Amino acid sequence: MIRTKRLTRRELNLWEKTYLPAVVDGLRITLRHFFENMTLQTLRLIGFKRFRGAVTYQYPEEQRPLASRARTRHRLTQRADGSPRCVACMMCETVCPARCINIVAKENPDPNVEKMPASFDLDLGMCVYCGFCVEACPEDAIRMDTRILDISAYTRDQMKLDLQELLNPGSRKPPTVS
Amino acid sequence: MIALILTKGVLAALFFGGILNLAGLLTWVERKQSAVIQDRVGANRAWIVFRSKWLAPLNWILRPFNVLGLFHALADAVKMFVKENFKPHATDTFLYTLAPAVSFVFALTAFIAIPFGNTLSIGAHRIALQVADLNVGLIFILAMMSLAVYGVIFAGLTSRNNFAHLGGLRAASQMLAYEVTLGLAILGLVIHYGTLSLQSMVLAQSGTILGFLPAWGIFAQPVGFLLFLTAALAETKRVPFDLPEGESEIVGYFVEYSGMKFGMFFLTDLVETCLVACLVTTFFFGGWQVPFLTEAGFQFPWGSEWLLSRWVVELLWIGSFAVKVLFFNWFFMMIRWTLPRFRYDQLMDLGWKILFPASLVNVMVTSLLTVWKR
Repeated sequence: MIRTKRLTRRELNLWEKTYLPAVVDGLRITLRHFFENMTLQTLRLIGFKRFRGAVTYQYPEEQRPLASRARTRHRLTQRADGSPRCVACMMCETVCPARCINIVAKENPDPNVEKMPASFDLDLGMCVYCGFCVEACPEDAIRMDTRILDISAYTRDQMKLDLQELLNPGSRKPPTVS
Repeated sequence: MIALILTKGVLAALFFGGILNLAGLLTWVERKQSAVIQDRVGANRAWIVFRSKWLAPLNWILRPFNVLGLFHALADAVKMFVKENFKPHATDTFLYTLAPAVSFVFALTAFIAIPFGNTLSIGAHRIALQVADLNVGLIFILAMMSLAVYGVIFAGLTSRNNFAHLGGLRAASQMLAYEVTLGLAILGLVIHYGTLSLQSMVLAQSGTILGFLPAWGIFAQPVGFLLFLTAALAETKRVPFDLPEGESEIVGYFVEYSGMKFGMFFLTDLVETCLVACLVTTFFFGGWQVPFLTEAGFQFPWGSEWLLSRWVVELLWIGSFAVKVLFFNWFFMMIRWTLPRFRYDQLMDLGWKILFPASLVNVMVTSLLTVWKR
């Protein structure tokens, strides 16, 4: 048996039915915002930069501060000699729910390490930024801490990253129309 | 005769130029003011910057306009003019094209009866600062405001679109409901001042009542002011009364209009906002009158005087009209960004069950008081 509670809605009295008290209340709020922000923005405009009259970030010029755990574009970490730390164990490829990672393994010349990636392709157009690959990796070889957020392209192919781009996160230039 | 035509032409050009520029600027005001109210920065990306280093000083001049986003109005105009000129299939092209012009022209014509200053004397010439001193100015303005509805109805009927049709009908019934209140609210003023000419109405608002309050219409007709304000805001078809338009969800009468035809409907709303601001100023806030300012200078109620030359007084009068109109434009923007839209039954209830009886009572009380005072 579901217990119900009957709520009675109060009828508006005549004074409230004219909408005037509600209008005045609303105007009080917007006027407060208006004058407060107007003062702050004017002060900012004439040089007092510590005042902020708005929550806006002027995006391309001004980046929003990111939390340190924010998941951004991927990168592959390197060993001291510059080779990828990745051992091509396929853990990330297996765990990836979007199936955007594609690794081809090859033999590592170092006798202590078994494999290394011949190619490591990651399709950002399919990636859901869940971060499972980072958690699955036993070698700390893939991370999502490049702080690169403005990922865009004109074609689907331009959204694909290869091994070189993943090892050198800054190397990718903004895409051009092809 | 030719001198008269010339002066009237110059007056009309100045006044309409001012009003049209103000309406264009209101698009910017709307963007920026809403942004400030909502803790945002607002549109500031339309920059005009010259690459050539010889034009660098020009960049320096343009920079404040760029930063404030003033060129967004210009960018809007360019966008409107280069858009595709869409025409619905198998419709009455003549009426379809006429509709925006009808609503725009009549909204603009209503301005000619509004006085924006006292009589200006240049040498022997005396120029009334009013495009046309109509002795039936009030009726003329009401007529023009009613005719502007035709544009909306034409647009709804000739768009060959059911949403537009419904929007046009909503507009028609809303206008009809609030026009009654508008007329009755003004009737109170007409009884109080005993004139239909706007200039005489403004002249009657000079001086003071009780020795210190400026004799403005709002003190004579406070209820009439609220009724007029509400009804006039409903006539402008903007939020909270934007049921005819409702761009985002119930799509209104101008869905099928593109480019500058849409732009004209859009501008009509802003011109009507200016019109209502002018009317409220003229009827209830003394028009071009400045409190305590007579033709000789300020005469304060505590007895002191500040004599001013005739020119300064004239400029103060025109300036006071401009300031009041700008203030009301700002105030209407505040209301527009404060209130949510009415539901349609609430709109009709407010119009017919509250405002209409209230305006009738207002007219009766005003008549009784006027007769009693005589």
